[in-house]
Amino acid sequence: MTGAGGATDSAVRTRGLTKRFRSGQVGVDGIDLLVPRGAVYGFLGPNGSGKTTTIRMLLGLVAPTAGTVELLGASVPADARSVLPRVGALVEGPAFHPYLDGRANLERLDAADATADPRSRDRRVGAALERVGLAAAAAKRYRQYSLGMKQRLGLAATLLRPRDLLLLDEPTNGLDPQGTREVRALVREVAAAGTTVLVSSHLLSEIEQVCSHVGIMSRGSLLVQGAREEIADAGTTEVRVAVRPDQRDHLARVVGDLGLGEPRVDGDVLVAPLGGVAVEKVAQAVVGDGIDLLGLEVRRPTLEDVFVRLTGEGFDVAR
Amino acid sequence: MSLVEAPAAAPARRGAATARLLRSELRLVFGRLRNLVLLAGLAAVPLLIGTVLLVTQDTPVAGQGPPFLDRVTGNGLFLVLAALVSCLPFLLPLCVAIVAGDAVAGEAATGTLRYLLVVPVSRTRLLLVKAVAVLAFAGAAVAAIAVTGLIAGAAFFGVGDVTLLSGDTVPLADGLLRALGVVAYVALSLTGLVAVGLFFSTLTEVPVAAMASTVVVAIVSGVLDALPQLSAVHPWLLTHHWLDLGEFLRLQVDVSVLLAGLAVQAAWVAIFGTLAWSRFTTADVSS
Repeated sequence: MTGAGGATDSAVRTRGLTKRFRSGQVGVDGIDLLVPRGAVYGFLGPNGSGKTTTIRMLLGLVAPTAGTVELLGASVPADARSVLPRVGALVEGPAFHPYLDGRANLERLDAADATADPRSRDRRVGAALERVGLAAAAAKRYRQYSLGMKQRLGLAATLLRPRDLLLLDEPTNGLDPQGTREVRALVREVAAAGTTVLVSSHLLSEIEQVCSHVGIMSRGSLLVQGAREEIADAGTTEVRVAVRPDQRDHLARVVGDLGLGEPRVDGDVLVAPLGGVAVEKVAQAVVGDGIDLLGLEVRRPTLEDVFVRLTGEGFDVAR
Repeated sequence: MSLVEAPAAAPARRGAATARLLRSELRLVFGRLRNLVLLAGLAAVPLLIGTVLLVTQDTPVAGQGPPFLDRVTGNGLFLVLAALVSCLPFLLPLCVAIVAGDAVAGEAATGTLRYLLVVPVSRTRLLLVKAVAVLAFAGAAVAAIAVTGLIAGAAFFGVGDVTLLSGDTVPLADGLLRALGVVAYVALSLTGLVAVGLFFSTLTEVPVAAMASTVVVAIVSGVLDALPQLSAVHPWLLTHHWLDLGEFLRLQVDVSVLLAGLAVQAAWVAIFGTLAWSRFTTADVSS
């Protein structure tokens, strides 16, 4: 690391970042984003929650109404010219010239990069295409690309040179399950090489598993952020106990005596918040009281549960 | 893994980088099929005029039609002038407006603008490169007419000593030089329109809107120029001096007339160039 200044432990840091549109609508409302260096930060939220506007502000495309942005310790937009070459970005889907082929489109972006070495262009463009599996389609016009190929070309553009930070806005949009897996693998790969990655998605489950950190947006606000484990642990771990229906009332009494939370019935099983009670205690109590235990499962909270708890609404329905 | 790049590139390197972007931009403009069709269409105009004149040259129509038309059959060099004068009111502004209006709005519409800006390219540098590329296209448009005009004129009617407006005759070499002057003057006369087109192009994400607005400016300017009641503002109109190219056919070319026309273009470039710059460097890119 170049170590300019002391604030280099964060790859992205915003303070009070706000965007009020001319219509008066507040797109992003005073968020303090903090992405530690080396993290894979899942920037999650439903469509329209302000993720893309935030990413546009991070890149200097949209001027904030209030607040500041720091990327890799440099202030944006003031120092954008020196810091952005170290940042690869995919913003609101890929966009290329439809009548140029994949290679020519990447060459166009490379030609725009004042800090790129033109002598190594062919090698770098070829390597980027190779890495996203587009080498065979390099001479095909972008117009003829499938949605998945377009997304891959967008990713290739972020890989034209080594980056310290990748900002990937909905990189799995339009990809089939196989493509989604490949994007996850790519994110893991670049992160393993030391690149910090911020990846946004409106599909929690697609991204959740690769993230070390998570920030959840809803209606322009950052509801929560931090290490993924911590955030998930903030939710409620539940125990799901399956018994015969005629023993269910008996079970509910036992569970109540153990000090678990208010139980509810979900299909064949009784579900209760585990609270601080150890799960083996539950099993012993149930069996010890003569109930025939058919099944017992501990369900850890998912980010979606956390989101639902924070907003009181489902992840997919907000806005 | 950190890239230690010198952030402040040396001036020479920055110049080389701008040249690289400009080459890429020129390839984009001149590699695009639509733009090549426009150039081919313009180049066809002198061929069309020449063919018509060749077929009908026994029909006496002296003194009618656009300026220089009646002199083409006598000297093919005049086909260059007749074709340029025919294209000036509409076809040339249209073609220039299409490319200028597309310059920024087209990239915004495809979304490529945001990716150029995060490369990053400074917005001022990008606008300048775009302007130079559109100017190059305007120059190529004029040259396309002139070159095919000269070739067709020479092939159909032959070229020889040039009779000026005064009736004096100058050698062919002198005439060619004067024709070259006309080409340069016409190309420079389009710079104001290029600036207007670029400005409109920064206002919208719909290229057609920018193109149409630019054409409208050229046409309205021509309409206003035809209203005698507005003679006070005529000298400042975008198109008013366009046909001053006839000055090149006087025995003594009055440079001040030409400079007056170019000064008006410079004023339009200054005003609309500044507007385009201030808009483009401050606008949110949300496309």
